[in-house]
Amino acid sequence: MHFAVIQFPGSNCDQDCLRSLRDDLGIPADYVWHKDTSLGDGCDAVVLPGGFSYGDYLRCGAMAKFSPIMRAVRDFAAGGGLVIGVCNGFQMLCEMGLLPGALIRNRDLHFICEAVALRVETSGSPFTSRCRTGELLQIPIAHGEGSYFADDATLRDLEKHRQVLLRYVDPATGVPTPASNPNGSLAAIAGICNRERNVFGLMPHPDRASHPRLGSDDGRKIFESMADAIRGRRYQRAGAAIGVCHTEAPARDALVAMRSGGGDVFGV
Amino acid sequence: MTEPAVTPALVAKHGLTPDEFARIETILGRAPNFTELGIFSVMWSEHCSYKNSRLELRKFPTTGERVLVKAGEENAGVIDVGDGWAVAFKMESHNHPSAIEPFQGAATGVGGIIRDIFTMGARPVFSLNSLRFGEICAQRSVPKNGNSGTDIKNSASTANPSGSEVNPSPADLVPSGPAAAALALNRRLFAGVVAGISHYGNCIGIPTIGGEIYFDESYEGNPLVNVFCLGILRHEQIARGAAKGVGNPVFYVGAETGRDGLAGAAFASRDLTEESKEDRPAVQVGDPFKEKLLLEACLELLATDAVAGIQDMGAAGLTCSTCETASRGGTGVEIDLAKVPKREPGMTPYETLLSESQERMLIIVKKGREQTVRDIFEKWDLPYAEVGVVNDDGMMRVRDGAAGVVAEIPAKPLADEVPLYAREAQPRPPEPPLDLDTMPATDPQPALPALLAHPSIASKNWVWRQYDHTVRAGCVVAPGSDAAVFHVREANKILAATSDCNALYCRLDPREGAKVAVAEAARNLACSGAVPLAVTDNLNFGNPYKPENFWAMRECIEGLAEACREFGTPVTGGNVSLYNESPRGVVDPTPTVGMVGLIDDERHVTTQAFKNEGDAILLLGDLGDAADLGGSQFLKVLHGRKAGRPPRLDFARERALHDALRALIRMGLIKSAHDCSEGGLAVALAECCVGASPRPLGANVQLDVPTGTRADALLFNEAQSRVVVSTAAANAAAALALLAWRGVPARRLGKVAAAGNGELAIELPNATCRWPVMELHEAWFHSIARCMAGRGELN
Repeated sequence: MHFAVIQFPGSNCDQDCLRSLRDDLGIPADYVWHKDTSLGDGCDAVVLPGGFSYGDYLRCGAMAKFSPIMRAVRDFAAGGGLVIGVCNGFQMLCEMGLLPGALIRNRDLHFICEAVALRVETSGSPFTSRCRTGELLQIPIAHGEGSYFADDATLRDLEKHRQVLLRYVDPATGVPTPASNPNGSLAAIAGICNRERNVFGLMPHPDRASHPRLGSDDGRKIFESMADAIRGRRYQRAGAAIGVCHTEAPARDALVAMRSGGGDVFGV
Repeated sequence: MTEPAVTPALVAKHGLTPDEFARIETILGRAPNFTELGIFSVMWSEHCSYKNSRLELRKFPTTGERVLVKAGEENAGVIDVGDGWAVAFKMESHNHPSAIEPFQGAATGVGGIIRDIFTMGARPVFSLNSLRFGEICAQRSVPKNGNSGTDIKNSASTANPSGSEVNPSPADLVPSGPAAAALALNRRLFAGVVAGISHYGNCIGIPTIGGEIYFDESYEGNPLVNVFCLGILRHEQIARGAAKGVGNPVFYVGAETGRDGLAGAAFASRDLTEESKEDRPAVQVGDPFKEKLLLEACLELLATDAVAGIQDMGAAGLTCSTCETASRGGTGVEIDLAKVPKREPGMTPYETLLSESQERMLIIVKKGREQTVRDIFEKWDLPYAEVGVVNDDGMMRVRDGAAGVVAEIPAKPLADEVPLYAREAQPRPPEPPLDLDTMPATDPQPALPALLAHPSIASKNWVWRQYDHTVRAGCVVAPGSDAAVFHVREANKILAATSDCNALYCRLDPREGAKVAVAEAARNLACSGAVPLAVTDNLNFGNPYKPENFWAMRECIEGLAEACREFGTPVTGGNVSLYNESPRGVVDPTPTVGMVGLIDDERHVTTQAFKNEGDAILLLGDLGDAADLGGSQFLKVLHGRKAGRPPRLDFARERALHDALRALIRMGLIKSAHDCSEGGLAVALAECCVGASPRPLGANVQLDVPTGTRADALLFNEAQSRVVVSTAAANAAAALALLAWRGVPARRLGKVAAAGNGELAIELPNATCRWPVMELHEAWFHSIARCMAGRGELN
């Protein structure tokens, strides 16, 4: 298994993502330079890290889509490969059109850095299979432009296909409230996936919640879910029985969903 | 363009005295030309040369077994942290630019200090900042009653130009007219500085994890913006700013040189380009994206062993970096300005040499390794140019293409032989001790929430929520506790850092105030479980030609030096900022102390907030008395007075306290530790309650004192060497026994009470004060946001 962490000029969470994967989770990972045109052999997942790619002087993430490596990322995603965009990476995915909607200036116009409570809206995705549906995660956010925006039709579509994976909620009640929505995101959306469920963008930083000393290691579950899915596919390709690759129930459910879902691999 | 003739008037305009000019003529053996005059003027400016403070700075202890690079040797000091790892750190001010243009002033301050750190070969891992502004909400005013000390007339002191006495009725406290304008300006400066730090630090991806912020009338019109950065490196990675190796090429890398910043460093540029001066920003503009690229490119290059020397271009830009590298290397450097990448055409040698454009570095490359530099800077899409060569004649020689040599100055005298001055010092008469009998007793019930709501004491969450403090995934203790604690993944080390200075104490007694600044920093580190290692300082004072200002600086430096010796924390560098005055007067003397410590074991990381209901609360140290009310926030905030003598510090007692506290922490007996500082015991207890997570906790405290003790003096005095700790109830006796054995005075205060509807209750001999903790939390947590929205509570 191998993760590729793309380095753009101005990325500042590339090192955090790599260390989080390698050191905290033991998942092999390497950098891929934005001027490269190939993700390298045996790439199983792509991480678009947070930061200020190209200074974000135009629109957040708007320049990064023109980087040479992005053609390979697009092809990889089209082939069903797992792509996760964190913070600036989420902004890039929206700019590239791999995810619907846009991320606009925070409601109160300030940059916000704080730990937030997130509710997992469905475990039926290769990014949340290690979580229970409805489970709360504590993961920090740090952004100035993270307010999710989309038109009504897109929002309805996202809900219909259960593409909203994470929502900002009140940590005590587990319910979205205006006060628990840090940036004014529509429908309190913190993270969404595409219809095919292999591309995921989220504003919170799982790379900053992968060790207990940081106050939470809930971010591990997202990367571990991805690792499960990759293992599952390998086993699938090798014709191995899915049940033996992992015994944890949610992961197994996700893999079953993937196997049975046809084109909509994680369809629910 | 013909250069202006060098006349006595032009020399004076460059800020050089006739004596200094005579020395320049001696060094050169002739009169300088216009360009050379500009070079000397910036190198011999206060900012670059420390000519009025250097003799005093020599009083600091600068050596120690952990010191790898001493103060003054390089851009920043370097300290050993074990296992072959070291940290480079430094604090620097950007006060004047921030007063003019708060956003860019603060942003470029952050950029400058970060460059100082990676110039050393270190990867910057976190920042702190120490900020001071005028008041941002209306303050209590009091009638003059003949008491000693200084009466604060009104927050925005222009409020009462007639100087007539004011009654403290609420109607008088509603700011209007000039007062409202001053408050609005202070808020604008505060918001702008915070936004600038947030912009630069967040974008470059270096977490801002702590610091301090004070609001006081003395900073009105002259805010203090002191920024601190720390980087991590291996011992063998220490890079030097020396031009070593005759024949080695000199590279210019980073942003192009423009005309920006000229007005900041130089003085005579008006004559040159009168018609275009409106186009020049007086303050440099920062580009954190470019600095991020420069940081990564420089660290990548330094890892290749192709570099003989490296120096950032900060103040005095190309001039300073060229002559300092030559001076340190004992060599000469020759550069050609025609080869320097420029942002605009037609720049004169004078302008090119004195520009303070940001995000630039000078690199001395080992001959034959030029291609390595080109490859790396092309990879990062950064401008670079080979602009010169190291030679052996000791000269800084500047050419400008076909124009030939435009400046030729012996490098070492230029960099190191500025005249040093000991200015006249005039002691201020000591403050009379406080006479409490002339003050009516104050009811603690409203006093505590009022103190907690004062922006200097209130939660700074409005600020640090805007700073990315979680990037680099190492912030173990979030901003707001006694010290910031950071896990450096590269080295697997846990570092603690704090910045401290009670400038009110320094105003009333500069020497004692400076000692307390060091002691408080060391105490904050001890409360976090850390052993202090070393200090960087940022000395902010007024015009040194005024004898009382020079005296205050000297007293503070001697106080700092004494305290740093006592705590075994050498000074590894820092910054001096003089001329901090506005039309309203001089700032309170502010010798900011940045201290770095090491925590051996993750389990020893300790925070200030109470943890569990039922835990025992202990006070390490004494209750203090009325004599310790001098210079207190109680007097300032509630009585509008900066008066009395600040509390005394006993080094032996303070050190014993820190050692005992760390021993308790290592034994696992302590659940929380918080030092008593501004606002005294009552504020410390309240902070332990309201800071608890996820919800504020209550506390029941009994103060066993003789009947007749004044409650206000007991609760709000700021006696030194005190820490509030909590322990599991079962461990309290063991902790007290250990403290008794170590000779540290300690007492049981009470216990931690329930969350939610809990209260902080303090029993005194005659009465019990009760505060619902949610009310205290509300006063403390949202105060700054309220002030910024113009809804600040009138205390």
